[in-house]
Amino acid sequence: MTLQGYLRADGRKGVRNVLVVAYLVECAHHVAREIATPFRERGVHLIGFPGCYPNPYSLGMMEKLCTHPNVGGALLVSLGCEGFDKRRLARTIEASGRPVLTIGIQDTGGTRRAIAAGREWIEQTLPAMLRQEPVPMGIEELTVGTICGGSDATSGLTANPAMGVAFDLLVAEGAKTIFEETGELIGMEHLMAARAANPALGEELKRSVAKAATYYATLGYASFAPGNADGGLTTIEEKSLGAYAKSGQSTIDGIVKPGIVPPRKGLYLLDVVPDGEVRFGFPNINDNAEIAELIACGSQVILFSTGRGSVVGSAIAPVIKVCANPDTYKRMEDDMDVDAGRILEGRATLPEVGREIYELVQRIGNGEPTKSEALGHQEFILTYKSFEPLGPACLPV
Amino acid sequence: MASSDKVERKAEARAVMRLSPRDNVAVALRPLKSGEIVTLDGAPITIRRHIAVGHKFAAQAIEKGEIILKYNCPIGTAISRIAAGEYVHTHNVESNYLPTYQLPK
Repeated sequence: MTLQGYLRADGRKGVRNVLVVAYLVECAHHVAREIATPFRERGVHLIGFPGCYPNPYSLGMMEKLCTHPNVGGALLVSLGCEGFDKRRLARTIEASGRPVLTIGIQDTGGTRRAIAAGREWIEQTLPAMLRQEPVPMGIEELTVGTICGGSDATSGLTANPAMGVAFDLLVAEGAKTIFEETGELIGMEHLMAARAANPALGEELKRSVAKAATYYATLGYASFAPGNADGGLTTIEEKSLGAYAKSGQSTIDGIVKPGIVPPRKGLYLLDVVPDGEVRFGFPNINDNAEIAELIACGSQVILFSTGRGSVVGSAIAPVIKVCANPDTYKRMEDDMDVDAGRILEGRATLPEVGREIYELVQRIGNGEPTKSEALGHQEFILTYKSFEPLGPACLPV
Repeated sequence: MASSDKVERKAEARAVMRLSPRDNVAVALRPLKSGEIVTLDGAPITIRRHIAVGHKFAAQAIEKGEIILKYNCPIGTAISRIAAGEYVHTHNVESNYLPTYQLPK
């Protein structure tokens, strides 16, 4: 597989060339959106953090997102009195060799002047950024994340296992791949541990799932409900298996947390559940919170499986939507990149759809827009969390 | 595009599916009637009981104590002998999952 990428100063390559406009508190959201909107069709994406109180997780996420290989420049929009460490974020972006400007709405003289200043900077900065020519990029320079959302009974039968086949093909060719949501892997920890590259990593995998089980139980979520049995699921293992199938069959090489980039090729679990006591509510309040974390771990492309029919895309990285349910596909074809429900209709096999997803990753990685990109989807959300550092056995040495 | 699509969709919808070749259970893709004969990977199999969409039946005879494999992953253990075509669910399978966590009481 060969791709076309935009080479960054740190040597990484992006499959898109995006300028992000980032608000650093909700109070700056409107100004940031007004700055970005006229440039939406030219690859200017809106991201941001709504909270006023500082939080190491959200600062780290914003640093990783603004210096993501798909990003070529960043405009930071601050109200002026929020707690976000905007100087550190700007320094990090500048040190990465990207153009960056911070606009303080209070200092600039209010909404109107801040919008004008922001648009003026983008008019000056964007043409040079967009003149950058892509260069050949190998699959070993690609990171692909996977997520499922709006799942139904077909998700675990078609789209998730087909994405697992695509993951196996990507891993075999030397890509970095990331699967996530330990809360949906309860009961899979022993299978995952058996796939771990070494026993110490296996123990860490079990620990991460146990943490998720405790976290969700504290929030009042039981792991296996009578409704699951009505739907044909017999055991907790079987329930989690549907989501687990996304990871394919390859050796698990490591565990990452949000913002940690896998150090080398292979398959990684993204542990999205915060460490310590339950503090800020649900680990991920929606699918885009997980997508933002997969992107912060370096994913340049996201595979998203849906049964009921999610329509979301994302800022920064293209989202390939794999539709599990043939009826949903017929109803929402404009939003879906892959019709995995053909497996249920006998019109395609799992390996065929897996291969199709793999080949689509190549086309999207060469600049072809996904359905959600063509429709202008650029969802983004970032909230509060807290993490402790990774355990010593989590990453390959 | 529309015409080729039509031709493609003439293929008859599948009734059942085995997710991985080594699996000893298969999944109903439409409601199956007791006594109905369906084709699983080219071989006929008689369904022994009504099976709802998404529910499982034995793709072959399964002995008591045998691991149930779906998508080549263990999802539990048979607690009685299960004949080919018989419904596989909570009445004849139990979880092998040992919870690794306990909430503080």
